[in-house]
Amino acid sequence: MSTKLWSTSYYVLAGGLAVLFLFPLIWTGYASVAPAGATNQQDGFGFGNYASLLDYDAGLGRYLWNSTYVSVLTVAFTLALSVLGGYAFARFTFRGKDTLFIVTLAILMVPYSTLLIPLYSMLGDLGLRNTLTGLALVLTLYQLPFAVFMMRISFEAVPKEIEESAMCDGAGTFGVLTRIMLFAVWPGLITVGLFSFLAAWNDFIAPLILVSEADKAVLPVAIANLRQQSMGAIDFGATQAGVVVMALPCLVLFALLQRHYVRGFMSGAIKG
Amino acid sequence: MRYSRKLAGALYAAPVAVFVLVFFVAPLLLVGRMSASDWPLLAGDLGINMPDNYAGIADNPLFWPAVGFTLKYTGIVVVLLIGLSLLLALIVADRRKGTGFFRTAYFLPTTLGLASASLLFFGFYSPAIGPLDPLLEALGADPVSWLGTPTAALWSTVVLIVWKFAGFFMIILLVGLQSIPPDVYEAARLDGANRWQSFRHVTVPLLRPALGLVLILSVTGSLLAFDQFFILTKGGPDNSTVTVVQLIYREAFQRFDLGAAAAISVVVLAALVVINIGQLRALRKDHQ
Repeated sequence: MSTKLWSTSYYVLAGGLAVLFLFPLIWTGYASVAPAGATNQQDGFGFGNYASLLDYDAGLGRYLWNSTYVSVLTVAFTLALSVLGGYAFARFTFRGKDTLFIVTLAILMVPYSTLLIPLYSMLGDLGLRNTLTGLALVLTLYQLPFAVFMMRISFEAVPKEIEESAMCDGAGTFGVLTRIMLFAVWPGLITVGLFSFLAAWNDFIAPLILVSEADKAVLPVAIANLRQQSMGAIDFGATQAGVVVMALPCLVLFALLQRHYVRGFMSGAIKG
Repeated sequence: MRYSRKLAGALYAAPVAVFVLVFFVAPLLLVGRMSASDWPLLAGDLGINMPDNYAGIADNPLFWPAVGFTLKYTGIVVVLLIGLSLLLALIVADRRKGTGFFRTAYFLPTTLGLASASLLFFGFYSPAIGPLDPLLEALGADPVSWLGTPTAALWSTVVLIVWKFAGFFMIILLVGLQSIPPDVYEAARLDGANRWQSFRHVTVPLLRPALGLVLILSVTGSLLAFDQFFILTKGGPDNSTVTVVQLIYREAFQRFDLGAAAAISVVVLAALVVINIGQLRALRKDHQ
């Protein structure tokens, strides 16, 4: 086959696929502002669908706050646990070290739904059911295998000499961690933070099961419920406006932190 | 002042240990106990009733259809996802004009959450505002009920999932492709291999670890499908798209029977462990 023909067919195929992948994304942005029957955007283009989200039930502001609160709390829990744990696994020997590491990774083997049934009952006993804090703790659990693994290899990659010279200057292990190691592992911190934020922001089944009060709903659950509103008629315009609101932070984070995305996948590939 | 390093290590690991114990080991033990107990959603633990919950699984009229549907869905998704993501990875592997744009275009759907993507396609497939029917009309074809029949609902969901995840698996395969040293291809070319032969006999074998990871992730993810069917098809039409995890949800929160839901959960866990061990063994054997 001639080079010219090869090159043309390459771009036809690659470009055609790009159109197919981008089309639904462009369509949802368009549909959220385009006029349509049975929506709040009847004449011409505008933000009527977003306005109906603002007034829907507890209001978009409330759901945005709930989602942000849960996501930030999940990131904080995940970072705190994985920094301390990763430091311990990378730099210390202690009894039960290997067992603890394997049990932490074993979380990946257990399906979400298997744990949500007993967690629903347990959170009730602990007074954490129907709370955003309880939800964040459960979301943290599923971030832990990746986060602890990632922080362990991040700490292991730091040269030991840096630490030893600080030790000689009289710093304790905690001082070494906070004053030196944290700065050396910051790419790992960003990757763990990014992935746990996205996972918490987008999770659906855990908040669906663990949080039933309407004004504590997170965005995905609230938007999914929105469809059953307004006397059986589905407000498709408001639904697509909701999709855009949920997608925007993800797209912004992707644009800002592209390199860290790939870094996370790379460590996934290493695991395999 | 200097305490022993062993103690320090244990102290740093303690938060993870406590957390894993409370939120992972304890619920894992509890789900076993719940599966052996009469445990209505509201009343709570009413005592052991072994083996009622497990015996009830086989009598559940939705169980075998759900297992059958989940397996069929998994088979379709895994084949299409691996095929398409491999094609995408090959398209963007070599640096040439436009590959950066193509990589981003294929990857963008991955940045969305699964629930968001499902809600997007819920509108996309709807006759009310979806773009597909006007498109068909312009081509002179009749409108299609994208979620109206069992077959249409299955394939519409498959399209959503392949769209959402192909870019994710493309990246994993891309990392695998880039770890293949260029001189291996050079050697194959000198031996007279054409493009297809060097793909078949060089790329595929050396890509095996990455393909194995993609296989395990896509099989596990599809067997545990929930969001996409809960949002897009609600298990319909006529319960034709109820997956196993949806069945667990229904038993627990629509039929208020946590004991029955726990029993199905334990069976799913056992099946998944067996399937994953089987896949890992097969991949390892292949590798040797």
